Amino acid sequence: MTKKIMEASHAIAEAVKMAKPAVIAAYPITPQTHIVEKLSEFVADGETEAEYIRVESEFGAISACLGASATGVRSYTATCSQGLALMNEVLFIVSGMRLPVCMTVVNRALSAPINIWNDQQDSISARDVGWIQMYAETSQECYDLTLMQFKISEDHRVLTPSMVCLDGFTLSHVYEPVDIPSQKKVDEFLPDYVPYHAILDPEQPLTLGPIGFPSEYMELRKSQVDAIENSIKVIEQVYKEFNESFPVQIKDSRPEEYLHVEEYRMEGADIVLIAMGSVCGTIKVVVDKLREKGEKVGLLKLITYRPFPRETIKKALKGIKKVAVLEKAVSPGGDGPMYCEISSIFYDEKEKPGLRNFIIGLGGRDVTFDRIRKIYSMTKGDKGEKQEWVF
Amino acid sequence: MAILGLPEEEYFSYGHRACAGCGAAIALRLITKAAGRNSILVEPTGCMEVISTPYPETAWKLPWVHGAFENPASIASGICAALKVKGREDVNVVAFGGDGSTYDIGFGHLSGAFERGHNFAYICYDNEAYMNTGIQRSGSTPYGAATTTSPAGKKSIGKEVWKKDLVHVLAYHGSPYVATASIGYPTDAYKKIKKAIETKGPTFVNILATCPTGWRTPTEKSVEIAKLAVETGVFPLYEIVDGRHSINMPKDASRLKPVEDYLKAQGRFRHLFKPERNDKAIKYIEERVKENLHRLTQCAEKCF
Repeated sequence: MTKKIMEASHAIAEAVKMAKPAVIAAYPITPQTHIVEKLSEFVADGETEAEYIRVESEFGAISACLGASATGVRSYTATCSQGLALMNEVLFIVSGMRLPVCMTVVNRALSAPINIWNDQQDSISARDVGWIQMYAETSQECYDLTLMQFKISEDHRVLTPSMVCLDGFTLSHVYEPVDIPSQKKVDEFLPDYVPYHAILDPEQPLTLGPIGFPSEYMELRKSQVDAIENSIKVIEQVYKEFNESFPVQIKDSRPEEYLHVEEYRMEGADIVLIAMGSVCGTIKVVVDKLREKGEKVGLLKLITYRPFPRETIKKALKGIKKVAVLEKAVSPGGDGPMYCEISSIFYDEKEKPGLRNFIIGLGGRDVTFDRIRKIYSMTKGDKGEKQEWVF
Repeated sequence: MAILGLPEEEYFSYGHRACAGCGAAIALRLITKAAGRNSILVEPTGCMEVISTPYPETAWKLPWVHGAFENPASIASGICAALKVKGREDVNVVAFGGDGSTYDIGFGHLSGAFERGHNFAYICYDNEAYMNTGIQRSGSTPYGAATTTSPAGKKSIGKEVWKKDLVHVLAYHGSPYVATASIGYPTDAYKKIKKAIETKGPTFVNILATCPTGWRTPTEKSVEIAKLAVETGVFPLYEIVDGRHSINMPKDASRLKPVEDYLKAQGRFRHLFKPERNDKAIKYIEERVKENLHRLTQCAEKCF
């Protein structure tokens, strides 16, 4: 193993290279570019055997991945924002066809107005496309989750595509120390892809992607939904296996143990902040300072977002008095997407925390220590509206 | 029924749900015969996808995949790349779609795949409108044809612009082989499709396929009308091999049947004749057909 100071984008490219996909198809878009440029260099230097298709659009990228995966090989793409939106139609098709395509989403705001900076509206808006979603806080997590996503998606009990999401610029362009295990260790953890299901093969002609009439469609949808629902156990197993194979080498570069959520200083907490992605790093610092002053506050970081780990979250928040849901996405005309999901966990519970919703960091707006402190004091003092925008 | 000189194996099974007299179904039969067993087929959303794969049934005896309306060329790109990695480049990758996918919504992706030079053949079964959704105009619909979104009316003669020349657009991508074919000439079509599949690189055949429902023609006349399109010069048959044109139909315009014969045979052009004859539109079509043939002939003579 080696420890390197790496840009998060390069850590992802490294993980993709070591996962040995047969086909990479990608279209450049800011701030995803550093990933695909690095992968292009690997191809140019013969460091990977992958066929790299320089497609004409993101729609072409995900479609080429569909074709490659349907032919029985490991395939990968990366995108964000407008690119993910352009892919949207095919995202449903890939998951419906149960093809384990893996993708990195470098979270960026959506137009209009056009904005290349970070929020999570892109992947949150794609939460219903039937893909697994995991969110990274650090460069190390980017590397680790990328390796894990292949193993999860390709598991024959899952056969569902996955996205690893990381914040554009605030994480994608950040240099941090990353532990890169040996190729041998990676190969042991992630063996070659052997397709479990039907593939395009002249020796065994099969029809993939047929029309499903009303008499069949609902059952097929149910089996797909069941698979992603059941994947929650498989994801836990893969996290466990990863924890055992790759113990922490660099302190604070990732959770001691990967689980669906990371509980940070939640012991004895009255108030918990919930968030996803790189902002958790900032929140941890604020939590530390507040704890020094005797405030009973902790952070619940979500790593797995689809499938939504309801039971894990419910258990983690047991006995907590107040919860602030911080999110970098909105549902215009409705409540915050993650806030709704956290709420629904507690609807049938007798004991439930008070819930607040804070919209933060849209279009790259800095989420500073002060803003987090403000969120904490508003939650503690029951000040402001149920949903507050932290400008 | 066997077609003389063509392989007897059928890979597109009978029992599919195409309309009576469907020209596109004839085209598929020819495509699969030309492709043979060692092939992977890619098809976009469209009539032929719907009629051939009502889950859990299928009419396909070859591996076949459908993704979306826009992306057969992109899916084919991914398949070609995967086959390369698997060391199975001997497998034919054959994509085929209607003119809706090919000329319009999937055009950008088709262009991308041709520019990248993947080794696959793309066959367009050209029935000159969006037939699956109920006969709406496409970039391939001919001038003057009535469709449900370009109906003839007091202020409309049907489609008001000429059919897109996609064949040349793809030829100018540097494709080593593009051709036009018609279901009216199955042996010629078969040979061209086979040549497209056997030629290395991205290749294209545009096969005219009568749609009795959309063209409003008698179901038993599909082949006859597809022939007439060629005999009148409306749909000339030619190949462009490594950039060089060759025409395989009468080059002498005087030997062609009148364009009117073709127009009159189809309900989609009826308004050009009834209630009164639209001389201006008919003359315009005749002129453009003549001009197009002249241009093609010049290309062929200059070996361009």
